[in-house]
Amino acid sequence: MSVQDAVDKLKAKFGETVLAVSEFRGETTVVVKKEEIVAVCAFLKQELGFNFLTDLCSIDYLGQAPRFMMVYQLYNIGTHRRLRIKAAVEESDARIDTVSGVWATANWLERECYDLMGIVFNNHPDLRRILMPDDWVGHPLRKDYPVQGPDREPYQGRLQ
Amino acid sequence: MGVEETLGNNVITTSLDKVVNWSRSRSLWPMTFGLACCAIEMMATGAARFDLDRFGVLFRASPRQADLIVIAGTVTKKMLPVIKTVYEQMPEPRYVIAMGACACSGGIFDTYSTVQGVDEILPVDVYIPGCPPRPEGLLYGIMKLQEKIMKERNSFGSAIGIGERISEI
Amino acid sequence: MANFETMTINMGPQHPSTHGVLRLVLELDGETVVKATPHIGYLHRGIEKLSEHRTYHQILPLTDRLDYLAPMHNNLGYVLAVEKLLGLTDAIPERAQVVRVLMAELTRLKSHLVWLACHALDIGAMTVFIYCFREREHIMNVYEKLSGARMTSNYFRVGGLSADLPEGIEQEIRQFANDMPGHIETYEGLLTGNIIWQKRIQGNGIISAEDAIDLGVTGPALRGSGVDWDLRRDEPYSGYENYDFEVAVADGCDTWARYHVRLKEMRESCKIIHQALDKLKPGPILADAPKVCLPPKKDVVNTIEGLIHHFKIITEGFKPEPGEVYVGVENPKGEVGFYLVSDGSPCPYRMKIRPASFINLQALPKMVEGSLIADVVAVIGTLDIVLGEIDR
Repeated sequence: MSVQDAVDKLKAKFGETVLAVSEFRGETTVVVKKEEIVAVCAFLKQELGFNFLTDLCSIDYLGQAPRFMMVYQLYNIGTHRRLRIKAAVEESDARIDTVSGVWATANWLERECYDLMGIVFNNHPDLRRILMPDDWVGHPLRKDYPVQGPDREPYQGRLQ
Repeated sequence: MGVEETLGNNVITTSLDKVVNWSRSRSLWPMTFGLACCAIEMMATGAARFDLDRFGVLFRASPRQADLIVIAGTVTKKMLPVIKTVYEQMPEPRYVIAMGACACSGGIFDTYSTVQGVDEILPVDVYIPGCPPRPEGLLYGIMKLQEKIMKERNSFGSAIGIGERISEI
Repeated sequence: MANFETMTINMGPQHPSTHGVLRLVLELDGETVVKATPHIGYLHRGIEKLSEHRTYHQILPLTDRLDYLAPMHNNLGYVLAVEKLLGLTDAIPERAQVVRVLMAELTRLKSHLVWLACHALDIGAMTVFIYCFREREHIMNVYEKLSGARMTSNYFRVGGLSADLPEGIEQEIRQFANDMPGHIETYEGLLTGNIIWQKRIQGNGIISAEDAIDLGVTGPALRGSGVDWDLRRDEPYSGYENYDFEVAVADGCDTWARYHVRLKEMRESCKIIHQALDKLKPGPILADAPKVCLPPKKDVVNTIEGLIHHFKIITEGFKPEPGEVYVGVENPKGEVGFYLVSDGSPCPYRMKIRPASFINLQALPKMVEGSLIADVVAVIGTLDIVLGEIDR
């Protein structure tokens, strides 16, 4: 089944939860509400065959509301189709349910998201820092965190 | 600077110093401390084409049996206490080579988690620039360290417990 | 009532067998591993954050340092992602695509040689280490003639290549690809029939296909469990659909199967190298996109357009239209992907790297549970992890 059929079935089942569908350079992106993310992912895995979670990350849109966007790259090993699911997370309530019950690979990827961006995953089996030292303060990948760290003078000779 | 407690500066003590320096510099045993890409070039230097064994260099896994630590690769803030612990476990005399741009000064990683040069906590003897330095570069660095060790004074005295070893900056 | 305690020991981050700065906390019951917890982050350099402050051309040397055993593959993945973002994928000239495939397969050989060397060294076969590094020197000579650096080559550019192949290099690569199968026979002769090798790695590190897919394992670690999936054949990039090669799959689910998968991949790479050398025809090496691709040096020095384009691309960078792409390539370790989000500025708004070794390492606790402590070393070797990619 093509990606378009999969998106149509998703829209048919979830209706209001699917907020937007877009396409760029041959890749399809679906934006859903964050409350239903586990149900959407389980449906995609069991009914539509997207049994492989390639990647999971978050983007910080500082200055916009909602501030964070979770991005899930899915893959169907049988038909070699890709799909991208996005879910917006506000800054005031930076929590979203974990999908590690659907794909076990999400465990460490969500830990990295929590470590670098500060988004908390509900019901995660083991949510703690993974790349930074355990006593690090702050979430480095946020846009308001300086690239050279908070304790150094920023380098003056850059364009941006 | 005046040094009072050495054995003196006659031809016997300087010859003994030369023997000790010669034997130390010709059998440097580094500890395997490869962190990142420079570690692969260090392994390539130890392999068949640029043999390190002909310099007397033998890689030892335990810091207690090594007298040289080659910091090859990027040092991060998370790794810093580990490096300090391992360095303190090495017996004297011990030497430090900073191999690669990241160990010398942070390299291209001017970020929140990278230490800008391992000389923030370790006294480095030889800096080898490059990203990664060629194996010939590492060999040249080791030869420079050998020259530095040959110039040390009172090595025999400090080995038998009289006075401190004096090395050039 | 039986009351035993497990002993917790720490392996690394400084350890000769952990292939870098990996720390494993092992809970042991005697010599059997009850639980293994990897701790990573000792090489986290902040490449993703740094790339938000560098132009697209400036990020290319950073990608070399990710999986530093297969640098050209990371370059290839990144360059393909930027080209897809710009819409340039069909404009890449044929010669550039053939050279990209050629260098990608040489890099695969380079990475698998290090895998075999370190895996064998950890288990005790030191001769194989010396032999593999000797073969690797030939590939490093080719890298140096092409790009100037032995390891971190930074050879590909957005739109094609940075420089054309020098004189005589095709003969050298062809000679190497002719000799390589003989060398692989030597390694097999030392290892495959060796009873110690067989006893150490047969039945070790078992992971079933369902668990592997669920945990996101890719690459030879997945193909050793019987899953027939290779991005070069299933989602071809850079002209891979025109090459005739077999995908190595084995059913054993253990280290022995993964060993055979990687050896077969090395042989298939030699075949692809021969095909690529036959396909090489004279032609341009950069796409016709002057606002994006850095012009060749003779144009920069002789023509005013070349000078202006060079100046603007280096100081300002090019500005792709807002959008996002994800491209994955078949790295020797697995699927390495680049997810780029652009907001119309010269630097990417977000670059996320899908690190194959990071996700493969998640499978380590499952593969090691219940085995002896000496088998942990064999499992780390068979997963073929590179800490530069795990920690980025």
